[in-house]
Amino acid sequence: MITFMNNSDSEEEPCNERTSLMSAESPPVPSYQDGLQASGGGEAQAHRKRRTGSSRSPNNIADGEMSDSGVPVRGSALENEEEELTLKYGAKHVIMLFVPVTLCMIVVVATIKSVRFYTEKNGQLIYTPFSEDTPSVGQRLLNSVLNTIIMISVIVVMTVFLVVLYKYRCYKFIHGWLILSSLMLLFLFTYIYLGEVLKTYNVAMDYPTLFLVIWNFGAVGMICIHWKGPLQLQQAYLIMISALMALVFIKYLPEWSAWVILGAISIYDLMAVLCPKGPLRMLVETAQERNEPIFPALIYSSAMMWTVGMAKPDTAARGPSQETWDAAEDGGDNHGSSSHAESQMSETRSPVPTRPITSLEELEEEERGVKLGLGDFIFYSVLVGKAAATASGDWNTTLACFVAILIGLCLTLLLLAVFKKALPALPISITFGLVFYFSTDNLVRPFMDTLASHQLYI
Amino acid sequence: PALGLFLFTIARDPLRIIILIAGAFFWLVSLLLSSLIWFIAVKASDPQDEPLQKGLLIFGVMFSVLLQEAFRFLYYKLLRKAIEGLVALSEDGCSPISIQQMAYVAGVGFGLMSGAFSMINLLADSLGPGTVGIHGDSQLYFLTSAFMTMVLIFLHTFWGIVFFHGCEHQRWWEIAAVVIMHLAVSGSTFCNPLYVGSLVPSYLMMATAAAWAYMLSGGSAQNLRRFLLCK
Repeated sequence: MITFMNNSDSEEEPCNERTSLMSAESPPVPSYQDGLQASGGGEAQAHRKRRTGSSRSPNNIADGEMSDSGVPVRGSALENEEEELTLKYGAKHVIMLFVPVTLCMIVVVATIKSVRFYTEKNGQLIYTPFSEDTPSVGQRLLNSVLNTIIMISVIVVMTVFLVVLYKYRCYKFIHGWLILSSLMLLFLFTYIYLGEVLKTYNVAMDYPTLFLVIWNFGAVGMICIHWKGPLQLQQAYLIMISALMALVFIKYLPEWSAWVILGAISIYDLMAVLCPKGPLRMLVETAQERNEPIFPALIYSSAMMWTVGMAKPDTAARGPSQETWDAAEDGGDNHGSSSHAESQMSETRSPVPTRPITSLEELEEEERGVKLGLGDFIFYSVLVGKAAATASGDWNTTLACFVAILIGLCLTLLLLAVFKKALPALPISITFGLVFYFSTDNLVRPFMDTLASHQLYI
Repeated sequence: PALGLFLFTIARDPLRIIILIAGAFFWLVSLLLSSLIWFIAVKASDPQDEPLQKGLLIFGVMFSVLLQEAFRFLYYKLLRKAIEGLVALSEDGCSPISIQQMAYVAGVGFGLMSGAFSMINLLADSLGPGTVGIHGDSQLYFLTSAFMTMVLIFLHTFWGIVFFHGCEHQRWWEIAAVVIMHLAVSGSTFCNPLYVGSLVPSYLMMATAAAWAYMLSGGSAQNLRRFLLCK
C-alpha cells in the first residue's frame, strides 16, 4: 500500500497490507490539508483543481505536482496552504518513490542476470505444492491456478490473523514475531545470497570473515529497522531486504504460478483495501481510530518526520511494537518464504511514530513523505526479475516492464492524491507490467529481432 | 551522450523525470501496437516467401514510424492539458515548466526509449565471446549501430521540439516535415549494410534538425557565438 505519512500499511503475508496505498490519515493538520483534487491530468502531472472543503488532512503527497519552491503562506483559507504544500512536494515525492523502486529492481535484475543460482529450479515452497513439470498444458495451468489459490489463502489468513492481533492489541506477540522474521531474513538469506554471489565470481572467502561481515550486516540491520537509524541506511536496508525476498520468490515460484499469483495478488489487494470489510481497510481504520501509525515496520517511508521538541513517548514506544507486527506475522511460518520476509521488511523510520499529532506548528517543518508498503516493492521486483530471468527477449522485455511499473506507480500516486485515502499500489502497476511483459515478449521481440538483424531502425 | 543529456538537464527536476518516463512509455506503447500489426501481417502471410517478408518488414517499419509520430501527437495533447492544470495550480499564474522544456524532455524520452530498445540487446551480446561479422556481414556492425542509435536519439529530441512547436503554432508543415524526416531516416537504414547510405544522410538530417530546433527555441547565430566565446 502506498500511504501518506502516518498510516502505513501493514504488510500482508506477502503482500497484504503492504500493497495498499494509503494516504496518511493524520489528525487534522491544517498545513497539510490536501484540498486538491486531481483533475484528469496525464499520468505525468497531477494537476489538481482546488477543491473546497477538503476533508481530513492527510498529508498526502500529491504526485506530480510542481516543484515549487518556497510556497508563500497564504492568508486565505487553510486549504490553500495545504494545497500549496502538497503541490510543492508532489513531484518530489514521486521521485522519492521512483528511486527506491528502481534501485530494488536494479539489484534484483543484476543478481538474476549474473548469479545462476536464482534461476535454477531447486524445488518449491510448500505454499505452492503443485509442480509444473507436467506434460500437458491444461494440467500445468490447473496446477498453477491451484498453487495460486493456496498462496492467496495463506496470505488472507495471515492478514486476518494480523488484523485480529492488532485489534486485540497483542503487541508483544507481534513484536516478537516481527523480530524473529527480520532476524531470519537478515541473517539467513543474506548468508545464502553472499554465498551464491561469491560462488559466481569465484572469490574465496574464509568463514571467519564471512561470519564477521554477516554479523555486522545483520546487527546493524536489526538496529536500523527496529529502532533508530539514519534515514538513508534504513531505506537501504529495506531495499535490500525487499530485493532478497523478491529473489527468493523468483527462485522458488514456478513459472506460470508466478504470473498467476501476481495477477491474483493485485486483485486481492484491490479488494482488501477498498472493500469495506477488507482486512486491510479495517486495519487502516483501526489504526486511524487509535491514532497510531500502522505497521511502520512494514512500509518504506520516503521522508522523515521530525517534530520539533515534542515527541510523545508512548508513540515512540509503540513504534517498534507496531513494526514488529509484520515480522511477527511473517515469523510464524518457519519457511523463509515470502510471508515472513515480507512482514519484516517494512520498517519505517522510527521518527515516524512521533507523529504530527503533537503540534500543528511543528508540522510545518515536516517533510511529508509517501509511504509505500514493502510488499509492493517485492512484487514489483518479482515481476521485473521474472521478466529478466525468463524472457527470451532479454533486456527489452525487462526495460518495458520497468517503464510500465513506474508509470503504474505514477498513476497510483495520482489517484492517491485524488482520493486521499489508502489505495492499493499493486493493481495498476502489476497490470501494466503483466500486459507489457506478455506483449513485449511475444509481439515486440520478433519484430525487434528482425529489425536488428537487418539493422533497420524505426 | 544521451545519458549525459539526461543527467545534466533532466535529473534535477522531478517533474521532468516524470515527463521523461511518460514519454518513454508512450513510445513503448506505439512500438507495441506497431509490432502487433506486423506480427499479424506476418502470421497471415507465407513465412517462406522471402521478398514478401522483406516487404512486410518495410511496411512494418513505415507503419511504426507513423504510429510513433501519432503517439507523439497524443503525448503533446496530454501535456497541453497538463500545463493548463499546472498553471491553475501554481500560485503565480505561470507554469513551472514551459511547453518547450516539455517538448525537449518528451523528445529525450522518446529517444532514450528507442535507443535503449535498439541497442541494449546488442550491448548484452557484445559482452560475450564472438567475432563481429564472421558470416560476411560488415565488421563495423557494432560501431555503426552505436552511431546510428546516437543519431536517432538526438533526432528524436529535436523532432520533439520541432513537433511541439509546430503544434503550438498550428504550423502543419512543420509537423509534416518531422514525419517525413523520420520516414526518410528509417528508410535510409534500409540501405544497410551500405553504411554510407544510411549514416551520412542521418547525420545530415540531424544537423538540420538541430539547427531548426535551435532556431525555434529562440537561439540565433549571435547567441551561439556568444556562448562559444564565453562572453
